[in-house]
Amino acid sequence: MLLIPCPWCGPRPELEFRHAGQAHIARPADPSATSDAEWTEFLFLRSNPKGRHAERWRHASGCNRFFNCVRDTVSDTILATYKPGEAAP
Amino acid sequence: MRHSLFSIVRNAIGGNRGWPAQWREAAPKPEYDIVIVGAGGHGLATAYYLAREHGISNIAVLEKGWLGGGNTGRNTTIIRSNYLWEESQKLYEHALKLWETLSQELNYNVMYSPRGVMMLAHTVHDVQSAQRHIHANRLGGIDNEWITPEQAKAFCPLLNIEANIRYPILGAALQRRGGVARHDAVAWGYARGASALGVDIIQNCEVTGIDRAPSGEVTGVQTTRGAIRARRIGVVAAGHTSVLMAMAGVRMPLESYPLQALVSEPVKPIMSCVVMSNTVHAYMSQSDKGELVIGAGTDAYTSYSQTGALHISAHTLDAICELFPAVRRMRMLRNWGGIVDVTPDRSPIIGKTPVPGLYVNCGWGTGGFKATPGSGHVFAHTLATGAPHKFNAPFTLDRFRSGRLIDEAAAAAVAH
Amino acid sequence: MTQPFRTEAGGQIDRSRPVRFSFDGRAYVGYAGDTLASALLANGVHLMGRSYKYHRPRGVLSAGAEEPNALVNVARDAARSAPNLRATQVELYEGLTATSQNRFPSLGFDLGAINDVCAPLLGAGFYYKTFMAPRGAWFKLYEPIIRHAAGLGRAPVAPDPDRYANRYAHCDLLIAGGGPAGVQAALEAAPSGQRIIIADDNPGFDSATLAGFANVTCLPRTTVFGYFPHNFLGLAERLTDHLADPGDRARERLWQVRAKQVSLATGAIERPLVFAGNDRPGIMLAGAARTYLDRYGVLVGKRVVVFTACDTAYAAAVALHRAGSQVVAILDLRDSPGGPEVAAVREAGIAVYPASSIVGTQGRLRVRSVTTGAGLRIACDAVLMSGGWTPSVHLYSQARGKLVYDEERQFFRPAGPLPGLRCVGACNGDLPESGGFLGVVPGQRGGPAFVDFQNDVKASDIQGAVAEGFRSIEHVKRYTTTGMATDQGKTSNMNALAIAAQQLGQPLPSVGLTTFRMPYTPVTLGLFAGAARGELFDPVRQAPLHDWAQAAGAVFEDVGLWKRARAFPRGGEDLHAAVARECRTVREAAGLFDASTLGKVEVVGPDAAEFLNRLYTNSWSKLAVGRCRYGLMLTEAGFVMDDGVVARLTVDRFHVTTTTTGAPRVLAQMEDYLQTEFPELKVWLTSTTEQWAVIAVQGPRARAILAPHVSDIDLAMPHMSVREGRVAGVPARLFRVSFTGELGFEVNVPAGQAQRVWDVLWAEAVKHGACAYGTEAMHVLRAEKGYIIVGQDTDGTVTPDDLGLGWAIGRSKPDFVGKRSLLREDLIKADRPQFVGLLTVDPVRVPEEGAQIVPVAAPAVGSHALGHVTSAYSSATLNRSIALGLVEGGRGRMGEVVHLTTASGTIPAVIAEPVFYDREGGRLDG
Repeated sequence: MLLIPCPWCGPRPELEFRHAGQAHIARPADPSATSDAEWTEFLFLRSNPKGRHAERWRHASGCNRFFNCVRDTVSDTILATYKPGEAAP
Repeated sequence: MRHSLFSIVRNAIGGNRGWPAQWREAAPKPEYDIVIVGAGGHGLATAYYLAREHGISNIAVLEKGWLGGGNTGRNTTIIRSNYLWEESQKLYEHALKLWETLSQELNYNVMYSPRGVMMLAHTVHDVQSAQRHIHANRLGGIDNEWITPEQAKAFCPLLNIEANIRYPILGAALQRRGGVARHDAVAWGYARGASALGVDIIQNCEVTGIDRAPSGEVTGVQTTRGAIRARRIGVVAAGHTSVLMAMAGVRMPLESYPLQALVSEPVKPIMSCVVMSNTVHAYMSQSDKGELVIGAGTDAYTSYSQTGALHISAHTLDAICELFPAVRRMRMLRNWGGIVDVTPDRSPIIGKTPVPGLYVNCGWGTGGFKATPGSGHVFAHTLATGAPHKFNAPFTLDRFRSGRLIDEAAAAAVAH
Repeated sequence: MTQPFRTEAGGQIDRSRPVRFSFDGRAYVGYAGDTLASALLANGVHLMGRSYKYHRPRGVLSAGAEEPNALVNVARDAARSAPNLRATQVELYEGLTATSQNRFPSLGFDLGAINDVCAPLLGAGFYYKTFMAPRGAWFKLYEPIIRHAAGLGRAPVAPDPDRYANRYAHCDLLIAGGGPAGVQAALEAAPSGQRIIIADDNPGFDSATLAGFANVTCLPRTTVFGYFPHNFLGLAERLTDHLADPGDRARERLWQVRAKQVSLATGAIERPLVFAGNDRPGIMLAGAARTYLDRYGVLVGKRVVVFTACDTAYAAAVALHRAGSQVVAILDLRDSPGGPEVAAVREAGIAVYPASSIVGTQGRLRVRSVTTGAGLRIACDAVLMSGGWTPSVHLYSQARGKLVYDEERQFFRPAGPLPGLRCVGACNGDLPESGGFLGVVPGQRGGPAFVDFQNDVKASDIQGAVAEGFRSIEHVKRYTTTGMATDQGKTSNMNALAIAAQQLGQPLPSVGLTTFRMPYTPVTLGLFAGAARGELFDPVRQAPLHDWAQAAGAVFEDVGLWKRARAFPRGGEDLHAAVARECRTVREAAGLFDASTLGKVEVVGPDAAEFLNRLYTNSWSKLAVGRCRYGLMLTEAGFVMDDGVVARLTVDRFHVTTTTTGAPRVLAQMEDYLQTEFPELKVWLTSTTEQWAVIAVQGPRARAILAPHVSDIDLAMPHMSVREGRVAGVPARLFRVSFTGELGFEVNVPAGQAQRVWDVLWAEAVKHGACAYGTEAMHVLRAEKGYIIVGQDTDGTVTPDDLGLGWAIGRSKPDFVGKRSLLREDLIKADRPQFVGLLTVDPVRVPEEGAQIVPVAAPAVGSHALGHVTSAYSSATLNRSIALGLVEGGRGRMGEVVHLTTASGTIPAVIAEPVFYDREGGRLDG
């Protein structure tokens, strides 16, 4: 069970959180202007890297806020967590 | 040497020193007609059918570790074809039909054991979903039948069908032709068969790059054992597909999750079928060795760590102990994880990619083992002819653009 | 009642407390403090088990967790029966009843030993090469025989009545292992006041010196079995298995510990030597013999041969010699053994034979003699062997620590500390320089030399596997099953690796190691489940009126975590009759329904309408205060995800309802978009599902039932409107909405007041001939009106247009979640499944939900289905069956006859509009 540092609440056990997929996938400002390919990219295509990965978590059984997290997907070491809108470190 | 009781006796007399290697230890050649990346069951089956049915044997199957060492050797070996959508039914039933004769085809006992797969229903919604599957399957010519809790208990006496439990069993969908097989034997049997037909299986050979011509098409791969040229490359790498496809500049609709499984200590036979429950989320069978083989869904976050979290396997065991209260006192012997690649619609992708010459067979998620022969068979057809077999034609990468999804997860849609 | 192999004195047993026990029905006596193994050895019993495959007689090999042979069943009764327990770790208690396993009819005479005779036919992987013909015979004939022969112990047959406890803990330092290194680590850290937990699987590890420290928690009988990311560890504590009367205490406790720092002090395990006949009862590890003497006062034999490549066996020899055993010879594989232990042995007058080996043993149920490489036959009743020691790196390896091979001493040891983790003592490779030997003892002349005792893997099996092309150690393991028994190869893995490496002609480390997996030793399944059983398996959510419904005789159904009243059968009614009556009553008079489980979200803020514009397909900007609208929520992929009525209470406040099980998903989707995509919107979301109880009053008499109890709301309020006021004196939000097609209201009151309001309305309802109705009647009533249920009539692949809900899409809105996806080519094609009604030609026949819809009465196998039946009921109101379904291009097929599959054949039905009752909607106004 990971120990995840919520940027608002501090380190809490993984049980309190929900994983919410890859981070920094911005929804197109005007979806109607996107091509099928661009929209598919937004909807479904994911980096899924082996190693450093920026992802989203929601502190569902806590402050219920989304935040971003950089984790090494091989060792599961958490390298950083930060608030939405902030740049990945 | 052909395997048979006779060969066993003859070798026993010779002190069992006469068995030949089951496959050749091959070193990479500079060029092949087709390179398959990933020597799991699907990749080896692909190579086998390419050689056997399409006459293409100048093939290398590259494996970064040892063949069959990924999800092929880590899954809970359940085989069934009672899927919801017609596209899935045809694909998995194709595989099931191949399972039925696979030991004879390969002259390798893969121990296909059609002992019946029972999927439990605990809620009215489960019943509706099971009935929909049964109707769809019967129309598709796939055996699947509704049984009452009492019939379920008769089929699996370990099962707790009391009405006063948290999620009482309201009935079950039973596919009698479903069952299990011996996972390692599948990889070894295909490896032996393919090798005998001239396929080079190259282990400890990790692909580090995919080469493309200026015009875009693939020209070969870079590996830890040197460059290998090929005009057709098939990536069959399960959880590592995204990493490999990224080498060719292709992003995939995939995420890789740990999937855990565990076995108990071996005991004398207590369970002769496979029981699955989506609502309480666990499944169990007993291996021929006597171990209870237990699994459930993926862990909660993407990872390549091949280990899972304690609370996930504990939750699985909550469910197992609830369904089978007599096994509570038994003990977990071994717990392990695999890395499964999951698509948005929980169905695989088998076919071409935007890169000419590059083909992919991936996205099997938690259920790829059962498809092994069928997957290899249709992917071989695709690689050999450049066009999909009729059974994998719907499983394109393009469906995520067009919206023509094959959403097996939809079957689990719960609301009210 | 003598214990012939017990020493006069010594050991940590309590000689004042004899303990009676039985093994295979025979009565024995041991002492408090014994294990089953030590007590049996004290009684001269070495034969404790039969091997897995060849059913060879086996004695105890070790004195600890690594034991491969002495596996027994211990049963208090039929339910509290546990197979495969290691006799070396079963603590003796008065009346303990143990039986041996995997033998018939008895341990001494086992018919299964025929396998041993056939062993040449049953080499590694033989089953992959035969049993293939004829097709199907594997499953029908061979597999049942193999299954019956396999397995070890017998599983319990009755539900385990014992309880299992669970505890989460945090500590500054967790020490795994209470040997000298572990206790030393604790003593060093304890004065600092750190919170320390030290665990050891032995009952009486040397923790006395730690007793004075309040900050140190000593956990005896506790195995650290798993090491998970972020220094999270799993511990299994055995609480009562050693007690004659466990009472009602929990049997075991699961500790889930987050440790700042972990010290692994897990020790080292002695290795057997691989030589012909190395598995006879009486042949054991030298260190184990020493443990039996030192800890339990037991001599494992009277006439002992020692076979070693390691100095530590000499110390064991001296100890046994001093305690009265005759050590007839020490055969040492090494050319010139030296060192202080060797000198001590020579002083004691024991014969040492350097450069010597054993190449055969004799004896059926107990070793009788050994044959040396020099051809000598030496009579004996015990053989102590030692091939050296292997650090227990299991947990370090689970923690992803890298192992390095120590060429000199022939073992793998940790490469170094990891963040938050260090290894101390023997498990770190800090072992005295004492020699060792890996692989097959030279000079063998045939006969089975076992590597993995339990799984009966011989050296020749491993050599054969390599010859057959299994060159990776993982392949060797899987093909031969070496290291896969219940001991997970603790005593066998290194020898297996060495033999494979030698056969491959490769240095050992390049062959690699198999992965160390959790758990370190087997852990009870029930321990993981803990209290999560029965009622506590999953939380139960009960609606505020649950107790009333129960008292009223409701039958319940599980919907998500909720228990919902499905119907209220009266006086012997079956479900069908109850539902028919409830439906009729609602249509003719009225009904009360507990709709409290519907999800509710309060959406508040100046941008609330704009937020809903983006999250729902509908337009909200123009919804007047006090009015309601049906809302449809899509996934971003364009498929229907949820629906519900949304009411505008004030300009900036919406009361949003969701489906019962969809509530958490809807709120999560709302929060996701609000927090991460539209953070500029000033909106606050609050789940109010459990704050509001909802009493639906539906039917022509609904207004009359409410009227006497509503004073400050004009009940002439229009359909799809909301008012705030009081109902039965309780502050309420009163909706005029209908999911039945009748005049309807939904009374939202604070959950705590629900029963009070219900009682008042119920008393009134009874006067009007109304009834309480459940979810099943609700389903029928809504189906008669063609209202969808998300999750039943939809399945995650359905668009608004498929459902005929195109009107619910705000066309003028630039965007909403899912809008762009609706333009994808497959979502706009003409032949998509569309929502229709289905009327069976035989009005009595109710189709089956899930039935496939086909164009012909006798579809060929493999035919394409046009769609499926999503809902089907017998309608008491219409006196016929009704069904809803999704049919390709269905809206263009009105009046067409299609066929619905049944368990046998098909039934014809006509495609109709999906509204069967009161199409004009007049009844909504009462």
